Amino acid sequence: MAANRSWADRNWTDQKMEDVIGNLLRAGVSLSALVVFVGGCIYLARHGHEPADYRVFHGEPSDLRSVIGVLRQVFSRRGRGVIQLGLLLLIATPVVRVAFSVWGFAEEQDRMYVAFTLIVLTILLYSLLGAGSAL
Amino acid sequence: MNVLEFTALVWLGSLVAGLLGSLTGLGGGVVLVPLLTLFFKVDIRYAIGASLVSVIATSSGAAAAYVKEGFSNIRIGMFLEIATTLGALMGAFLATVVPINALAVIFGVVLVYSAYLSRKPRSKLERQLPPDPLATRLGLNGSFPDPEEGIRSYNVQHVPAGFTLMFGAGALSGLLGIGSGAVKVLAMDQAMKIPFKVSTTTSNFMIGVTAAASAGVYLSRGYIDPGLAMPVMLGVLAGSLVGSRILIQAETKWLRLVFSLVIVLLGLEMLYKGLAGRI
Repeated sequence: MAANRSWADRNWTDQKMEDVIGNLLRAGVSLSALVVFVGGCIYLARHGHEPADYRVFHGEPSDLRSVIGVLRQVFSRRGRGVIQLGLLLLIATPVVRVAFSVWGFAEEQDRMYVAFTLIVLTILLYSLLGAGSAL
Repeated sequence: MNVLEFTALVWLGSLVAGLLGSLTGLGGGVVLVPLLTLFFKVDIRYAIGASLVSVIATSSGAAAAYVKEGFSNIRIGMFLEIATTLGALMGAFLATVVPINALAVIFGVVLVYSAYLSRKPRSKLERQLPPDPLATRLGLNGSFPDPEEGIRSYNVQHVPAGFTLMFGAGALSGLLGIGSGAVKVLAMDQAMKIPFKVSTTTSNFMIGVTAAASAGVYLSRGYIDPGLAMPVMLGVLAGSLVGSRILIQAETKWLRLVFSLVIVLLGLEMLYKGLAGRI
């Protein structure tokens, strides 16, 4: 348990975890912004002169609604698919952050926080992977 | 308007929203949805989807900087994220069944209320509170570097009340595609008596995870349109990065006042449009 360890010790590991998390978040956001930008260029070069209309909600085509579908779009080099991949990377960034924290708390042998973090991770994964197919 | 012009204008609008949001500390997310729906005539569901994505970007970008300064408390964050992610999941499901006019009305109320919260003077910090048994058991108490006093420690209070408020903050975030940082800070600062600097940075740290929980539902429901989300995300991100680099302390007070007024006006407009059924 963390309580049995000295405060200085725990704070040091927390600090280390925070450093890694900071780098991870920055890398995730930069990478996704880059992918979105590239996808945006492809999309604008091809469809820039079409009329823009977002007044009526149609919902996205099924290929842009799931991880598998987005990958399919990317492989056929569709601009909108590449943008959506960048957005998926962005959504995945906090998820990876939480997953990393599971490891971090396990390293500190803080079982209570490993459990809390696993609960959060389960909710996130359910939303990303399960919520779509369940409905 | 063709796609190229539309993209350029939305990018510019999002850049300004991100810049003002970061300079004033009020967050750019709250003005994005009204901007897109009222001025660009975008359906509110697409607007919410694009806004939510940009919230993840700015929160993660800002958290990367804060977390290294040692202000945010990752235990408080992780514990409360159980509440915010559950709330966000519920909010995102609600968003798909609530009529869009009702969404606009709720949005209007939240806008006006968050402007009010940002104008309200901060309550005097209560120092040296006794440790709360539940907070101690959960290991929430912590310390942070204070420029005047060196390392300052704090004892977290009223855990159940804070947890409940956080569930509400998550639900609002999932329902409206906003970060709901104002409610998160309210829960930590007012209810749990966590020092303001720790509350704001930890809240920022939590916003990305909260938003990611509803993003999955939004994606599978087709709310996230790449053509719209692209300029919004890139604009807000660029704006908030620039904003975090220029620190004009003297101007911030006026800027906050003006931005709060803009938020109130947008809120009233959303309320009116929602009530009149014209969103």
